[in-house]
Amino acid sequence: MKKKKKEKRNHRLSIVFCTLVYLFLFLPISVIVVNSFNATTTKPYMSWKGFTLDWYVKLWDNTSLLEAFGNTMIIAVVSTILATIIGTLGAIGMYRYKFKGKAMIDGLLYIPVVIPEIVLGISLLTIFARVNIPRGMLTLILAHVTFCVPFVIFNVRARLAGYDSSIEEASMDLGANRLVTFFEVTLPVLAPGILGGALLAFTLSIDDVIISYFVYGQTKTYPLKVMESVKSGVAPDVNALSTLILVGTIVFVFVTQGDLFKRNRSAMQK
Amino acid sequence: MKQKKTKHEFRSNTLPAFLTVGPVTLLMVLLIAVPLIYVAVMSFCSIDEFYNVTFQFTLQNYVRLANTDYLRIYAQSMGIALITTLICILVGYPFSYIIARTKSRKKKILYMLVIIPFWTNSLIRIYGWRNLLGTSGWLNGLLMKLHLVSEPVDLLYKQGTTILGMVYCLIPFMILPLYTAIEKLDGSLLEASSDLGARPAATFFEVILPLTSGGIFSGSLMVFIPCLGYFFVSDILGGGNSDVIGNLIERQFQSGNNWPLGAALSIILIVVTLILVKIYQKLGGDMDALGV
Amino acid sequence: MGKIVEIEGVNKIYGTNHVVKDLNLSIEEGEFLTLLGSSGCGKTTTLRMIAGFEEPTTGTIMVEGERVEDKEPFERNVNTVFQSYALFPHKTIYDNIAYGLKMKKVPKAEIKKRVCEMMEMVQLSGFEKRYPAQMSGGQKQRVAIARALINRPRVLLLDEPLGALDLKLRKQMQLELKRLQKKLNITFIYVTHDQEEALTMSDRIAVMHDGIIDQLATPAEIYEHPATKFVATFIGETNIYDGCITKIENGIATLTLENGAVSVKCPEDFSLLEYATISVRPEKMKFAMEPVEGFELTAQVKDYIYVGSVLKCIVSLPNGNELKIERLAGQELPEIGSRCFPYWEAGDAVLIHNESHYIFEELNNIRLA
Repeated sequence: MKKKKKEKRNHRLSIVFCTLVYLFLFLPISVIVVNSFNATTTKPYMSWKGFTLDWYVKLWDNTSLLEAFGNTMIIAVVSTILATIIGTLGAIGMYRYKFKGKAMIDGLLYIPVVIPEIVLGISLLTIFARVNIPRGMLTLILAHVTFCVPFVIFNVRARLAGYDSSIEEASMDLGANRLVTFFEVTLPVLAPGILGGALLAFTLSIDDVIISYFVYGQTKTYPLKVMESVKSGVAPDVNALSTLILVGTIVFVFVTQGDLFKRNRSAMQK
Repeated sequence: MKQKKTKHEFRSNTLPAFLTVGPVTLLMVLLIAVPLIYVAVMSFCSIDEFYNVTFQFTLQNYVRLANTDYLRIYAQSMGIALITTLICILVGYPFSYIIARTKSRKKKILYMLVIIPFWTNSLIRIYGWRNLLGTSGWLNGLLMKLHLVSEPVDLLYKQGTTILGMVYCLIPFMILPLYTAIEKLDGSLLEASSDLGARPAATFFEVILPLTSGGIFSGSLMVFIPCLGYFFVSDILGGGNSDVIGNLIERQFQSGNNWPLGAALSIILIVVTLILVKIYQKLGGDMDALGV
Repeated sequence: MGKIVEIEGVNKIYGTNHVVKDLNLSIEEGEFLTLLGSSGCGKTTTLRMIAGFEEPTTGTIMVEGERVEDKEPFERNVNTVFQSYALFPHKTIYDNIAYGLKMKKVPKAEIKKRVCEMMEMVQLSGFEKRYPAQMSGGQKQRVAIARALINRPRVLLLDEPLGALDLKLRKQMQLELKRLQKKLNITFIYVTHDQEEALTMSDRIAVMHDGIIDQLATPAEIYEHPATKFVATFIGETNIYDGCITKIENGIATLTLENGAVSVKCPEDFSLLEYATISVRPEKMKFAMEPVEGFELTAQVKDYIYVGSVLKCIVSLPNGNELKIERLAGQELPEIGSRCFPYWEAGDAVLIHNESHYIFEELNNIRLA
């Protein structure tokens, strides 16, 4: 059957192509993972010298690295929480209320999304320097919140677009005041958008290199510590840490998305 | 007949309005608007012998930046960004298409697999590439073992390597909007096109491409602009051969210690960005499609 | 007139789901054939196999004498009108209609001429530069039809095209489609679940049920002489009686039911002691105040429902089953609660083979007359 042969060939080509792209995406990560088990200590540690778990053990002695990682996590969590709250409130407020200057704020929101991060980084650096705020944890968190908020707002806004506000009217009709309505009706319905925004904010915070590079002061974050370690030439325990982080995130993703899988399946069965 | 969706816009009931929109406004004004204005001001300043900024109006910075050396680097940045964007489209489009049109169960997993690499810091992944491509790296090791080459091949510190790194970091920004656009495509339109006599190629150019062009535009914008600023990619993989505007800026704020000059460079970068955004809007681009 | 579409031994299986079972169907050139059935019966799948969007698992499909199972949709001389219209949102009405001609590389001047002609035929002249989003449901419908017909296909496939329209518009479009079909003399294969629509428009109807064709006949034949219980109950309203044939004499069969015996005209392919079903339309049912020869049914009048031109009477039988009898408003009616004796003219009822062999307990005590 001509048609079936063509379809099979196309199908095979698609699989090959996609596999190649996925390989490309995961290649450098696999280098890191494999090297974390590599028993070589000399540079160039590119040749395989045997399997070892040493680096995972030595990792726990590297307090500065662990501290840097801790900093990254703290910043990510705090920034995400703050950005989510500020962003959600902002999105709802902008959706509901008319006021002067709304267009201007809207425009400002697009700036962190569109402008290259380096510009944001140096502008924050200059203003912190001018106002004499010592660079460190505080500036990092302020910076991260600033570039995360717009993403939260866009996600919540997308959810608001399909939102039927008559459910709020129904709630008040049934006796709930505005505050109760907000927590019982508005927030739960917006939840997917809020969570999507929060997830995005968290990802951006962990992944951030450029902005953090300019405002970190003495507080080393994980990527910056890595940059330092690599320059000084010793990095295998960094590989171990990176591998652990990767495994951790994969587990986390599957745990959180797991119920999404279940929900999807039951929705499809209906 | 009652409308299905009701939206009420209240006049600023001052307290709720302030509470909800206040924090965002404060944040954006203090940490985006003001700093950018300050940078603009600084671009017209100069420095004294102690590398402190002096507030004397001067156009000296901009004059310096119109120098041919600088112009060459601007052109180089745009070139790198352009090639990166094109590669992202050529690789990203088919990929997004295949994934977006798979049957339900596998789709989620495939989508997640694209996002998971994102959860390792990009700096570390770029170091991974350096390990892979260096003279004592894996790829060379493999090639030597297979006796395909007798000496390590010089793969790092070329423009091509930088482009590889840029593509690597930025292709998710192309894949995600494309995925969204392609998913929205109505399958019955493709069937109708085929029914009316269009071969697959014709269906692609007549129906699929026009209806997903929004995704291509927003993806391109989200790849091209950051590319101009990704200095760490060209630092780690490109050596000194493939600087982008971001490198110039970074240098002024670190070793160069000439903040006003760096500020002027940033303003130039902002202007370039705004021009590109304007072009995007003129071509019919949807601002809400960015940042999703 | 020859056979323009021939479907032989076609099966379609999705995983464990056997959607179309050993289908055989020949469609005559120039006829308006409807595939009628409820959702899941396989009618849309069959249509899509003719169009080329699905491939039969086994069997062959021939269009104009050529086998087409292997051919892509764009290689077949068949066009489809989609349920959702599937108009290209980014193209003007003109470009939508011209699409098929553009694919055939017809010269621009001729395209213009034919598009204008076609738009006039569907009464859409003047809308050339509009976009689908600016059109109403009925207008989009006509664009979809024009887009398909302009290619002069030998066969036009229509997949529930009128489903999204309101009642009045639907009735209007039904007449228009029929008129168009007759004028252009194109074979129409139409899919719907609306039996009234099918009866109005079709030359022949294929009533489908669970992947097979229960009956393929003209609308009159299907209504007057349903071949299976499903067809009888799906088309129009009817009263169903299951029983066993206990006597055949002079072409009249006596069917013994749970509630008594009844008489019905008996076709030749029925035999004694066979389980069978009778279908009687409400307008053919009668009831008398005295017992009628050949009928042992007694019933109690339960309710009258006024539906405008007729009255629907509900009477209940001793075992709880209810019958629907139609009376013209103004005719004499027994009171609610009174006893009556339902009957019919032997030739007004239809005898149907009973596939499921359901039978009630009392039959153990049947006496052969």
